[in-house]
Amino acid sequence: MKIGVLVKQVPDTETKIKVLDDGSGIDENGVKFIVSPYDEFAIEEALKTKEANAGSEVTVASLGPSRCVESIRTALAMGCDKAIHIDDEGSGPDSYVTAKALAKVIGDQGFDVVFCGKQAIDDDMGQVPQLVAEFLAWPQVMILENLEISEGKAKATRRVSGGAKEVYELTLPAIFGCDKGLNTPRYASLPGIMKAKSKPVETLKISDLKGDANNKLEYSNFRMPPEKAPGKVLSGEVGDQVKELVRLLREEAKVL
Amino acid sequence: MGNVLILAEHQNGKVKKTAFELASKASEIASSLGGQAEAVLIGTNDENLSKELAAYGIKKVYLLECPALEKYNAEGYTKVLADLIAEVKPEVLLAAATPVGKSCMPRLSGKLNSGLVSDVVDLKVDGSKVIATHPIYSGKALVDVKVNGSPQMLTIRPNSFGAGSPQDGATAESIKKTADAGELKSKMVDLVQGASDKVDLTEAELIVSGGRAMKSSDNFKILDDLAATIGATVGASRAAVDSGYAPHDMQVGQTGKVVNPKLYMAFGISGAIQHLAGMRTSKVIVAVNKDPEAPIFQKADYGIVADLFEVVPMLTEEFKKAMNE
Repeated sequence: MKIGVLVKQVPDTETKIKVLDDGSGIDENGVKFIVSPYDEFAIEEALKTKEANAGSEVTVASLGPSRCVESIRTALAMGCDKAIHIDDEGSGPDSYVTAKALAKVIGDQGFDVVFCGKQAIDDDMGQVPQLVAEFLAWPQVMILENLEISEGKAKATRRVSGGAKEVYELTLPAIFGCDKGLNTPRYASLPGIMKAKSKPVETLKISDLKGDANNKLEYSNFRMPPEKAPGKVLSGEVGDQVKELVRLLREEAKVL
Repeated sequence: MGNVLILAEHQNGKVKKTAFELASKASEIASSLGGQAEAVLIGTNDENLSKELAAYGIKKVYLLECPALEKYNAEGYTKVLADLIAEVKPEVLLAAATPVGKSCMPRLSGKLNSGLVSDVVDLKVDGSKVIATHPIYSGKALVDVKVNGSPQMLTIRPNSFGAGSPQDGATAESIKKTADAGELKSKMVDLVQGASDKVDLTEAELIVSGGRAMKSSDNFKILDDLAATIGATVGASRAAVDSGYAPHDMQVGQTGKVVNPKLYMAFGISGAIQHLAGMRTSKVIVAVNKDPEAPIFQKADYGIVADLFEVVPMLTEEFKKAMNE
């Protein structure tokens, strides 16, 4: 099987995000970048699928500036076979344009199945997998919890509200949006890290892939959320504090 | 022109609460745009649902009958919505940021070649454009987003606006249509209900959450008891989930669920940056922690510095008394 996996490089979850003074974006100075956490579940699922289907190959694709090659190397070190870096050429593509370019690459590669995180944890739009599916007229399953693939078909379970689960049967090719709980991503081994250095990474340009697609979204006024006013730390006997808390929730905050 | 269409979700013959919130907001946006608020329901022909939506400002309801879509399907929803939109040409399309809205609205934006702003928490209308506030980095920062395309598509994070009060006696025109879902490459073959019928964290108005200090999964029982007294949903921090005390679908935070309740009560949660990102928009935050230096106290409206195992049972009793009054 030809297996594709989409990864995005994003700021570490422990990063304190700072906004540029003019509100035009995020200050990337001093930010540590990582593979978007949900994409790690996608990489693991791609590798598991390869292991279960002899003769398969996993290609990782990432769209972004040149620094995202670091994330590509992480995926290669975990066990992906080869990679495609799509240089965004500083164009700031939105989900629509990103998906157009990725759909072109995926179509050209002839993948049977594509895995990606359910959303990237930077812009939190959560649109690219579904857009890719639409552009390729593929079925999709988002928030994947379990997957069985056999003979060009898949049975996939996704989690929905309140612990309910939807089970789908679908034909491949298809795209799956992966979530925490699907699997436990492996760590890159030292030999894996060494091998990753010599695995092939092809570089493509977004301008050659996106066709005439242009951004549909216009971003402005990046800002920090309003700070909450300092709250009250209660005092006295614990029992009295609990009574006081209930009174405050009912009479002052009026949430009960 | 200038109409606002909402995708109204329904379940067991009732309109879901998130749809009333969309309806109220749609009605407000429509009056700024000089149009009216309309709704579409998929997989039903039940006019009673139209009446429920009318109470929140919806003037016209499209009931799309489609046997193939009595169960949800992202491809099918995309197809029938695209067909309806081509006909009724709304200026703005709203859906809730729920598992349904999140999975079909991006697909639909691709089919319509328009733009979608996901997980909107606030918005205003400027001329003919909606300026939507979208949290990024799980709410560590905010950004305004405008759609260049038609319709302007948005998914709204549940509990962002509230539904307002229903207007008695309001009516809406019902238009029944037969919709064609087209060829579907995926099919839902089973819907497994969750262990409980509790409201999902992402839609919950009241949440009680436990951290590493819960010490075991058994101890979460005391939070279940507390939650039951006020009808809250139970959540957990990443530390508690990674320690195996709670399943991952209870995780609140940047790599878990982003929640937006009226009341968020954190027990034994220190307040790591990635947890705060997931719950910071809660209207009222209560923190209970033994450590007075825990960062959670800086975000809390009300704090109690004490052992959660002492506080939780007392609080359960006090809530019971209060609820019985």
